[in-house]
Amino acid sequence: MIYLDLLICLVTVLAGVAAMRSSNLVSAAVMVGVVSLMVSYLFLRMGAPDVAMTEAAIGAGLSTLIFLIAIRRTEEEEG
Amino acid sequence: MKHIFSLVLLLVMGGMLWTLIPLGQPTEPGEVANHYIQHGIEENRGANLVTSVIVNYRGFDTLGEVTVLFLSVAGAGFVLRRRDGLTPMVARPSSEILQTGARMLFAPLIVFGAYIFVHGHLSPGGGFQGGAVVASAVMLLLLADRDHQLPHGFMSWLESVAGFAFVLVGLAGLMVAGSFLSNQGVLPLGTWNRLFSGGVIPVIYILVGLKVGTELSALLDTMMNSGRPAENPGGEH
Repeated sequence: MIYLDLLICLVTVLAGVAAMRSSNLVSAAVMVGVVSLMVSYLFLRMGAPDVAMTEAAIGAGLSTLIFLIAIRRTEEEEG
Repeated sequence: MKHIFSLVLLLVMGGMLWTLIPLGQPTEPGEVANHYIQHGIEENRGANLVTSVIVNYRGFDTLGEVTVLFLSVAGAGFVLRRRDGLTPMVARPSSEILQTGARMLFAPLIVFGAYIFVHGHLSPGGGFQGGAVVASAVMLLLLADRDHQLPHGFMSWLESVAGFAFVLVGLAGLMVAGSFLSNQGVLPLGTWNRLFSGGVIPVIYILVGLKVGTELSALLDTMMNSGRPAENPGGEH
């Protein structure tokens, strides 16, 4: 179980770095969603299911979608 | 000079983070936390102690959080004004399979969201989580069917009534027990771990769920249906 936790931590950090380094805005937004999903697993493992549910529903679901809609909308305005 | 300044700033920030490490270690709960753990069940009869803290002991903070969410949605609605005759966000209509699937999933998702916020005092989750699930059901419908119109009048009515009722429940506590949002004597507390238990806690969490669900749905709808007009030959762009 501890190895799975360490793997999840590693994926969180890598996804965070990928979100910063990526030159494509859409993939950066998806990487931020991946960070939220992994962090929600870590919240669950640390005994906070309420926080984990919020993080998964709002962090990984809704805010990723809002980022994607905003990127799409601003690209339309630019070009 | 600039590089030295950045290095010093980085070191100072690192040092500040270093002092945060001991805060992550498990410690004995303090006086207030001990009171919640020992007397939380008898005072509120909520099986989920987290909900008792969020809605009752720190209920005033929750009212503030709901207000912050309302203000941000209102701000987004003000900046991104809805205009008629816009370019649809989705360029071409989605396939029959996607539309039918979204319509089939819509009702179970709404019921699941309602389940989460109705059972907030018994199991993990509550108004905010259930409201987010309701909003994702609405989002699915909006993405699958680009011509779908939300009932805006009903939604803003529901949202206002839920916010107003939250304050009314708080004022009832003020009148009966002498403190805002108090849970003593307003509604019967009931038996521990039953659906009808916890006094005003489930009532408040259902109101929060309705409010968060309608607000987030309205935010998604505003973002998808705002922008420049569809045909704009004389364009200001």
